[in-house]
Amino acid sequence: MVVALRHALKHRSAKPALWLLCSLPFVWLVWGAANDALGANPAEYVIRATGDWTLRLLCVTLAVTPLRVTLGLPELAKLRRMFGLFTYFYVVLHLLCYSWLDMGFEWPEIALDIAKRPFILVGFSAFVLLTPLALTSFNRAIRWVGAKRWQWLHRLVYVVAMLAVLHFFWMRAGKNNFAEVFVYASVLFVLLAWRVVRSSMWHHLFRLGGFTR
Amino acid sequence: MHRHLFNRASDSGFMHPLGSEITPQQMYMQRRDWLRQLAAGAAGVSLVAWASRDAMAQAPSEAIARPGKLAPLTGAVSRVSGANTMEKATPYADASSYNNFYEFGTDKADPAKYAHTLQTKPWTVEIEGLVKKPGRFDLDALLKLSPMEERIYRLRCVEGWSMVVPWVGYSLAELIKRVEPLGSAKYVEFITQADPKTMPGVRSRVLDWPYVEGLRMDEAMHPLTLLSFGMYGEVLPNQNGAPVRLVVPWKYGFKSAKSLVKIRFVEKQPVNSWGRSAPQEYGFYSNVNPNVDHPRWSQASERRIGEDGLFAKKRKTLMFNGYEAQVGQLYAGMDLKKLY
Repeated sequence: MVVALRHALKHRSAKPALWLLCSLPFVWLVWGAANDALGANPAEYVIRATGDWTLRLLCVTLAVTPLRVTLGLPELAKLRRMFGLFTYFYVVLHLLCYSWLDMGFEWPEIALDIAKRPFILVGFSAFVLLTPLALTSFNRAIRWVGAKRWQWLHRLVYVVAMLAVLHFFWMRAGKNNFAEVFVYASVLFVLLAWRVVRSSMWHHLFRLGGFTR
Repeated sequence: MHRHLFNRASDSGFMHPLGSEITPQQMYMQRRDWLRQLAAGAAGVSLVAWASRDAMAQAPSEAIARPGKLAPLTGAVSRVSGANTMEKATPYADASSYNNFYEFGTDKADPAKYAHTLQTKPWTVEIEGLVKKPGRFDLDALLKLSPMEERIYRLRCVEGWSMVVPWVGYSLAELIKRVEPLGSAKYVEFITQADPKTMPGVRSRVLDWPYVEGLRMDEAMHPLTLLSFGMYGEVLPNQNGAPVRLVVPWKYGFKSAKSLVKIRFVEKQPVNSWGRSAPQEYGFYSNVNPNVDHPRWSQASERRIGEDGLFAKKRKTLMFNGYEAQVGQLYAGMDLKKLY
C-alpha cells in the first residue's frame, strides 16, 4: 500500500490535484454564498467554515513529517509548504470574514474587540504568529534567514496550534460543547507528542554515543 | 397583590392605544382594497410597489402566507400593545430550520432533522406549587382556555441573530389567572420535556436536563408574555417547541422555553438551565440589552435571518428588543448591568 502511495505521490499531477482539493472548501463557500446555499445564517456559516478549515489544514500540515518518517514517504516533504500556505490562506479568510461580515470593517471596534475578548485575542495571536511563517515560506527566505534560525522560527507553528485549539475551546466553552474541540486537540497532541518523543530519543542516542548519523 | 397582578393595566404608565383608537378591521381592509385598486390602475409600476408595501405594513399577517405544512391554527389580530411589529416576517423555511433546541442536538440544523420523533400527543401541562388550583391541563383544554391571537414578535437570540415570527397563542396571564397563584408565589418556573427516548440531545451532557426557565411573576403576567401553540398560522413545528411553548419577546430567545410540561409557582428565584451551566455568561433576567455585552461577543448589533444579506451591515439591537415602552417599567430602578 505504501508503495502504491509513493507511486501516486511521485506522479507529476499529485501536487496540482492536492492543490485543487485544498481549494475546494473555498470554491464551495464562494459558490454557496452566490447561490444562497449556506443556510439561514450564511455569515456565521462562512466564518465557522473558514475557521474549521484552518484547523484541519493545520493538522494536515503538522501530520506531514510524522507520516513521512513513519511510513517512509519522502515524497510528502514537497507538499508540506503547500499545506502550510493553505492553512494561512484559510486563516486570512477567517479573519477577513470576521472583520467584514461580523464587524463591518469598523477598525476601532475590531481593535476593541480583540483587546477585550480573550477568545478573539487568542485567535488573532495565532494569526499574527503564523504570518512570519507564511512570509518566509519560499526557498530564498530560508537562505536569507539561515537554515537554523528558519527552523527555530517555524517552530512557532506549535504555539499557533495550541492557540488555535484554545480559541476553538473558548468559542465552544459557553455551551459545554467540546466533542469537536477534543478531536482537534487529540490529533494535534499526538502529532506534537510524536515530535517530542522522537527528539528525546535522538538526544538519548547521541548522548550514549552509540549512534552516528 | 393579586389585584395588582391581575389588573390589565399592570403595565400602567405606558401609552396603550385605546380600543377606540385601533383601526377597525373593516376599515383597514377597505383601505387595503383601495390601495390594491390604486395599484391595479394606471398608477404606474412604482406606485404598485409602494401600494403593496403599504398594504403589508397595514397588516403584516396578511403578507405571511401559510406554509401549508402542518394543521392550521389561526388567531385574531392581537390588541396587546407592541404585539404587531410591522417588520417583515422571517421566511418560514428559515424560522423552522435554524433553531436552538439542544434536546435534539447542538447544531442549529439538528432540531429540524431530529425533532420528528417528539411525541406531542397526548400532551399535558402540570400546574403545581403555590397556586389555589393546581392540576393537569391536557393540550385540548389549553387550546380552548382563551381565544387565539396572532402576535408578530421580534426574536433576538443571545448569539447575535434575530428573526420576526408570527406566533399564535394567548397571554400566559390568562392561564395564570385561571390557576390563582397564592400571594407567596413570586416566580414562575417552566419545566420542559426531557425524554431521552425521543430527544437524542438529552443523552448528551451539554446541559442539565430537563431544561428549566423562569420569570418573575410580573414578567410572567405581562400581556406580551405569550403561551404559544402555533406560528405562521399553523401549529408549532416540533423543532420550534411543539405543542406549547413560551415566548418572551423582550428577552433573549433561550428564556422562551419550548415544549412545556410543567409550570411551577415558587417563592424563590428559580435557577434557569443556562444560568446554572454558565452563570458568568447568562443571567436570570437575560433582557435584550445592547449595552451589556456577552463575555465573548458584543450584543450591540444583530443579524436578521433571511433578510440581511451576507455583506449587509448588522442592525442595531434595541433595548428590551424594542419593547422598552411596554416592559421598561418592570425594571425601573434595577441595575441591568449587574442583573443581566
